[in-house]
Amino acid sequence: MSPNRKSQKRAKGQGSAPDEALSAQSELRRVIEAVLRIAKSTDSEETEVHVDETCDALTRFANNAVHQNVAEHGLTVSVRTVVDGRTARATTNRMDEDSLRATIQASLSLAQSQPKDPRLLPLPGRQRYRSVNRFVKHTAALTPEDRARVVRRACDLAITNGQVAAGIYSSGQSQMAMGNSRGLFAAYRQTRAEFSITMQEDPAASWAKANSADVRNFDSQKLAARASEKAHLAANARQLEPGRYTVILEPAAVLDLVGFLFYDFAATALEDKRSCLNDRMGTQLFGKNITITDDVYHALQLGAPFDGEGIPRQRVALVERGVPKNLVYARSSAKRAGKKPTGHGFTLPNEYGEAPMNLVFSGGDSSLEKMIASTDRGLLVTRLWYIREVDPYEKIMTGMTRDGLFLVENGCVTCAVRNFRFNQSLIEMLRNVELLSPSVRATGEEAFEMVVPAMKVQKFHFSEVTKF
Amino acid sequence: MWDLSTSALDTAKLRGATCADVRVMHLRQRDLTTKNGQVGTLAQSESLGLGIRVLANGAWGFASTDRLTREGVMACAAQAVSIAKASALAKRSDVVMAHEDAYIDSWQSPFRKDPFEIPLETQLDRLLAADAAMRIVKGVTLTETGMQFRKIDSWFASSIGSCIHQSKVITGCGIAATSFQGDEIQKRSYPNSFGGQHSLQGYELVESLELLKHAPQIAEEAAALHSAPQCPEKKGTVILGGSQLGLQIHESVGHPIELDRVLGQEANFAGTSFLTLDKLNNLRYASDIVNVVADARLDHGPGLGTFAYDDEGVPAQCTDIIREGQFRGYLSNRETAHVVGLQRSSGTMRTESWNRLPIIRMTNISLLPGTWSFDDLIADTDDAILMETNRSWSIDDRRYQFQFSTEIGWEIKNGKKAGMLKNPSYSGITTEFWNSCDAICKLDHWTLWGTPNCGKGQPMQTMGTGHGASPSRFRNVRIGTAFSKQ
Repeated sequence: MSPNRKSQKRAKGQGSAPDEALSAQSELRRVIEAVLRIAKSTDSEETEVHVDETCDALTRFANNAVHQNVAEHGLTVSVRTVVDGRTARATTNRMDEDSLRATIQASLSLAQSQPKDPRLLPLPGRQRYRSVNRFVKHTAALTPEDRARVVRRACDLAITNGQVAAGIYSSGQSQMAMGNSRGLFAAYRQTRAEFSITMQEDPAASWAKANSADVRNFDSQKLAARASEKAHLAANARQLEPGRYTVILEPAAVLDLVGFLFYDFAATALEDKRSCLNDRMGTQLFGKNITITDDVYHALQLGAPFDGEGIPRQRVALVERGVPKNLVYARSSAKRAGKKPTGHGFTLPNEYGEAPMNLVFSGGDSSLEKMIASTDRGLLVTRLWYIREVDPYEKIMTGMTRDGLFLVENGCVTCAVRNFRFNQSLIEMLRNVELLSPSVRATGEEAFEMVVPAMKVQKFHFSEVTKF
Repeated sequence: MWDLSTSALDTAKLRGATCADVRVMHLRQRDLTTKNGQVGTLAQSESLGLGIRVLANGAWGFASTDRLTREGVMACAAQAVSIAKASALAKRSDVVMAHEDAYIDSWQSPFRKDPFEIPLETQLDRLLAADAAMRIVKGVTLTETGMQFRKIDSWFASSIGSCIHQSKVITGCGIAATSFQGDEIQKRSYPNSFGGQHSLQGYELVESLELLKHAPQIAEEAAALHSAPQCPEKKGTVILGGSQLGLQIHESVGHPIELDRVLGQEANFAGTSFLTLDKLNNLRYASDIVNVVADARLDHGPGLGTFAYDDEGVPAQCTDIIREGQFRGYLSNRETAHVVGLQRSSGTMRTESWNRLPIIRMTNISLLPGTWSFDDLIADTDDAILMETNRSWSIDDRRYQFQFSTEIGWEIKNGKKAGMLKNPSYSGITTEFWNSCDAICKLDHWTLWGTPNCGKGQPMQTMGTGHGASPSRFRNVRIGTAFSKQ
């Protein structure tokens, strides 16, 4: 039963390139069919199988040298059984037949232990999916030596500039496939590369980061140079008084803040009355320059074109000109609301329902340079840190600025500023957006990647200042 | 498992590794949740695999695999050596490890009732009963309950000859009631947020929590918070409940003492630390009555940071962190111990799973009990706000400036609990805050809280940490800033 990944993948069409460490898709389908066949001989009335495979590597550096360097490979099989109106899930990474049989039985035992769920839906049948191609051989082919050489160049730049570099360079490939006893089958694979760097010029620091399915879409050395230049500018920070400031948020700062809004667009969150959109759908909640869609098919997005039940993901207009218009639905929340599922459900069973995972903000025609030039007095924010929700309905978020906060005066960046704590309502913030740049794929540390613009925002609330 | 480890170690040595350690780990987990009287998540998982860390050409490499055949393990070990040699292309100096003895041992965490042997019906009945008791309270709009059980077996072997098998049972359990009214969402959790209490125990933890008994009270508090006055914005006295103080310790003591942060190894992600090396034995971290230890030994209690050996094969230890207010120690590993003049690691290397590299982690970072009874502490306080159960938490990347808010506050006036306050929050600078501590409750009120969700490292690892704390009083604290309208 154990997929003989190396030998089989190289003998077949898909997955035959030497730079692919993943099993052939046919191998994943074989595992799914094997589980479905075994399940037929059990009490399971309906069965759903997910197979996930990852092959990732990450080179980590600090103090201008590599200090951690890791690689992993993993394959898991997850089985959901349905019996007499009850369902549960069991997962294993052991591929022998006995283990798969035990996993099916574990799922059945869990399912049979609970009361009937009158809202449980039958599994969906076959679906049609729009194809997306997010597997890039250049990324898949990256080796530890390739990563070490890139890191070495970045560290050399730091040394030349009298700075200290820390960061990561990672690359990986992953795939998932799912099938069920009603004939549904879906599969997806992607690559991913990421470079993140912090340049420290004690006591100042700055940061830059990018990721993509295609490693050729970013230039690591340019990111290192940008972080280095900003770290130098960040030295000799002045202390300003807390208060309300005009801020220019770089895309990473926008991303990490607005990332906290995504679950509010889940139909289940509204049903549970834990969304800030309760009693606010269809109102002019944000400024008219705010339009948000969820679009897995956007050229700058990553992710599978189907959800945890295998339903095709739809493009959903969440906010149009500041008005929340639509929610996303899994099958069950859609049925309860009398809507069609949008393909955003999590794997079942779960209590959270669904969420949009591929947010795309419509941008504007400004730029960081234009925003700075148009500002009499304000703050340029590189990045935010440790953002947490203070008030779930007004959507007040707290957090810190980090790795480069700069004062803008009379249209120019004039000096660095000590980091502030903010307590800011996201709803209020998205009412106060004055300018937007074109949207880009942004990556931070608090939210998953999105396509967002830089924003110039009025009256952003900083409540306290720290010591650096 | 030992055969696989031996194959991996032999291959690593043959390929040029000068030092290697292997972890085979088998992790089993069960999650049960309910929401509004319905079963939510009902899932079980297991994961078995091997990770090997090697030193070659003076640099580190790590690889992991779930292909637990002799060939799979040998390929994984060879990959780790190859990665280490690539690391050496960008090294500045060779890694030097502190001495450690070899150990051959086996250890099982104590528990009375195996949670995986308790019938699922019994477990779900307990959750659904608590869920129902919360739902009957008027004004409650969302009820949630959950249990989480884990069994972790690890087989550690190293090139210095250690062979250590450890087996742990971990249990977590909690309930929460949420109320949406007007333009407010209020929530109460028992016995803590983050899914409740988590510890190195069996099902006996669940039974001891008496969920059904506490369910009505937290549901009533969630609904009542809407009509409570807003926590004022001012400078004043704060009394923190034990679980909130546990998180305060985690963020403002536990993280800054991690030596990898201090040395810049986390600068790109988790951040650095204000506790630069010159501060060791030279910083008044806190007031005289504050004593904090990092204690992984079972004697300290069944915490999420309790074990017999860390994931580098170093025995569990108790290290003074703050003694009578003075800063005394860091969390170290075999690679960093020498930096602070230690001959030996303090035993804090921990890994989330077989596919992750061990990194420096909190064990049980605990504030030792003081002398006050809780009633005496309240009676001794003229004007303060008692804050209980964390709601939000945030601290800067050097661990100076923090802000916390809690689910509920209580006004203390003239030695008595006067009334409920909503949306309480406080903020400050770490050392100023800890130096303002003037009362710590005694052992009767001390609990070893579990924080199950500490994120650190790249790739990210989630780790459970323990934090013993009892209610304590702090003076001259900034209160109410989170909701400031200025």
